[in-house]
Amino acid sequence: MEAGAGAITEFWMLGYYFQLAWRSLRRNRALTALMVLAIALGIGASMTTLTVLHVLSGDPLPGKSAQLYYPQLDPQDLKGMRPDKEPPAQVTLIDGLNLLHARRADRQALMTGGRVPVQPDRANLDPFYVKARYTTADFFTMFDAPFLYGHGWSAGDEEAKARQVVIGRDLNNRLFGGANSVGRSLRLRGTTFQVVGVLDDWHLNPHFYDLNTGSFDYVEQVFLPLQTMVDLLLAHDGSTDCWGNSGGGVGNILPMPSCVWLQFWVQLDSPAKAAAYRQFLVHYSQEQHAMGRFERAPNVRLRNVMQWLDYNMVVPDDVRLQTMLAFGFLLVCLVNTVGLMLAKFMRRAAELGVRRALGASRRALFMQLLVESGVIGLVGGVGGLLLALGGLWLVRQRPSDYAAMAHLDVGMLLATFVLALCAALLAGLLPAWRACQIAPALQLKSN
Amino acid sequence: MVIRPILATLRRHKLTAGLLVLEIALTCAIVCNAVFLIGQRLQRMDMPSGVAEHELLQIELSDVMPVVNPYARAEEDLAVLRQVPGVQSVGITNQLPFGGSSSNANIRRDPAQRDPSFSAGTYFGENLPQTFGARLVAGRQLRPEEYVNADIVMKALGEGDMQALPKVALVTQAMADRLWPGQNPLGRIVYVTPQVGLRVVGVLATLVRANPYDPATAQLSMVMPLRMGVADQSYVIRTRPQDRQRVLAAALAALKQVNPQRVVSASRSFDEIRQRYFQDDRAMAGILVGVIAALLTVTALGIVGLASFWVAQRRRTIGVRRALGATRADILRYFQTENFLLATAGIVLGMVLAYGLNLYLMAHYELPSLPAAYLPAGALVLWLLGQLAVLGPALRAAGVPPVVATRSV
Repeated sequence: MEAGAGAITEFWMLGYYFQLAWRSLRRNRALTALMVLAIALGIGASMTTLTVLHVLSGDPLPGKSAQLYYPQLDPQDLKGMRPDKEPPAQVTLIDGLNLLHARRADRQALMTGGRVPVQPDRANLDPFYVKARYTTADFFTMFDAPFLYGHGWSAGDEEAKARQVVIGRDLNNRLFGGANSVGRSLRLRGTTFQVVGVLDDWHLNPHFYDLNTGSFDYVEQVFLPLQTMVDLLLAHDGSTDCWGNSGGGVGNILPMPSCVWLQFWVQLDSPAKAAAYRQFLVHYSQEQHAMGRFERAPNVRLRNVMQWLDYNMVVPDDVRLQTMLAFGFLLVCLVNTVGLMLAKFMRRAAELGVRRALGASRRALFMQLLVESGVIGLVGGVGGLLLALGGLWLVRQRPSDYAAMAHLDVGMLLATFVLALCAALLAGLLPAWRACQIAPALQLKSN
Repeated sequence: MVIRPILATLRRHKLTAGLLVLEIALTCAIVCNAVFLIGQRLQRMDMPSGVAEHELLQIELSDVMPVVNPYARAEEDLAVLRQVPGVQSVGITNQLPFGGSSSNANIRRDPAQRDPSFSAGTYFGENLPQTFGARLVAGRQLRPEEYVNADIVMKALGEGDMQALPKVALVTQAMADRLWPGQNPLGRIVYVTPQVGLRVVGVLATLVRANPYDPATAQLSMVMPLRMGVADQSYVIRTRPQDRQRVLAAALAALKQVNPQRVVSASRSFDEIRQRYFQDDRAMAGILVGVIAALLTVTALGIVGLASFWVAQRRRTIGVRRALGATRADILRYFQTENFLLATAGIVLGMVLAYGLNLYLMAHYELPSLPAAYLPAGALVLWLLGQLAVLGPALRAAGVPPVVATRSV
């Protein structure tokens, strides 16, 4: 009974504190506006940059990414070898095909990127180029590619260099008006392909399976068998690194055997399988060394998706720097608000002294002042949220490849509110505590 | 003179004064580093290309069908482009300065060298330095008979046939200085693979790489006599700045007439290429300017707010001092000195923080160290800011009449 009454009183007191806070804030409008604005600016800037950082460092394939691994081998010659050096970031065609055919993982896909010319049948449509991925059968299942119609090609079609193609939703809309185009034909650089599947919208950000194309906002519209690409000598884009006496190939000339230009991914469903696969990579390197193909001692890596993204530092330095700057700015804004709030509370020492003398407990005064600073923080937080929305809109107007991704999600929305409230309470805590230390008698006397 | 009473007063407001000092210090540290970062970006954006930027156009065409003889077709295109009125020179290239996608080779001074000396940008294509307007400072240009077709080179490399490979090359002055400091590079051999050496026949003043992320290696590039025959033909056209728009349209039309079955992948001026390459730097510099402005504004307003409080709080004291004979100027100077002391404390702490922040940035973002000159400049800015911000409240304080002393609040 007693406790219940206490809680009710406290509740009513809280309402009273809000009233007091409102009156006090209205009394110094310019100052209140300054404090609110400082918090809003600090929070707006921090949340804008933090959201961009959060979006860019996100998991592109949640739930699956921990099972996907990127094996690296070192097939280079002895020149420039260092014991602690990382192996190349891609594989050669020979090693890629060897690992693919070994089938030691639950699933495996070998791939590279490029651009292919599409020749529409419709007379009113000029030829145009689209981004392409040349890959192998498991690709679609491994990366959870969403099929709208049809399916991928089989391993058998792959080896037969089938003229089969999977197209993206955009291309399907452009060429076939969005209808189910499975079984229809499509001309690419003078060769007729058969459409076997149509993918739904599929944006992997970052474009983790091939970072050479740019990490963000890269969507292929044509997927066709790698063996078919090799057969037709379609041009490949991306990075080509060669060693010894060799050239990376130009245009429709394939890179030479001592060049790495393909990405190889494996799916390994358990850590034990990952450990075994790592061992297999070492064995493979030793075998190739014994055959005389590899000159170096086995130097292998097996990173999963997030480790691979981390290793490649896909989040631009500028974005990190901007986040740091924004939090530095927020810190200055907070110190500024603490200072002003303190000055304000200390100036009200007389009023607080009177309230103390009239029987208000130190705790009650503390609550009253905390409510006042809380109101500032809340209004500042709402302002900060609006500024963050504006800031993200500004980010989206920028030409960077990640610009379109800069949206606030529910998590970041909550984070903004929590940050604003914490910031304001933090800013209010010290001044409120300091102001409560005032001895009531002293204040009355000085008056 | 009035420093002691000021210190005594500040001692009574330790916490508030301390917070103001901290705010000034943080602002000082961030502003010094932000200005430094802006300087770095501007310097980067100012990177010389070595080419006649305002006179260059690029047209890139992509084939839709396999081409039987790409070399003959390139010759035909070049001939057609030369006929376009206003065209001064045309060339074909594998990459463009600031173009982004790059072609590079590991360079050795000595074929037996274990590690390459550095990686250099490799430009291929006919009539390239001439069309670019890259200045030749020694030796001669590449001659038409020295050019070799790209597919022949690939085949020769695969078969180890050194005779069919190009024999000569042009290098930039920066590359020559790195390989043979203080010596005449003409006639020396530069190795692009451990087996393939090219004789240097000419030296270019400057020619920036296609993707110069590091200013220290930006000018390491060379031109090789390789004829490009690929699916994407990238033509470079030189014309007068005022003719660019017209020439670009006419050139596109002429190429379309040669073969309408090609897709135009790029048609732009070099100014656009530079603009695009440095767009992130420009945006970052803009953001930094915004941060500096916001920081200085917040800090200035904070000073105004705090000073106003103190003036209001000390009205009676000021009145008493005025009544006891202090002039308006004395009161004004009191507040100015107080602000100066606080700012100085903030600046001293800020210098230490600025240095620390710079060390952190150097460790994480490959930045050079903060030049010492930034610190006094930053101090001056914050002193001025403080004095300007405190002027209003201080004048209000000076305006307090002595009679206030006789009134009770």
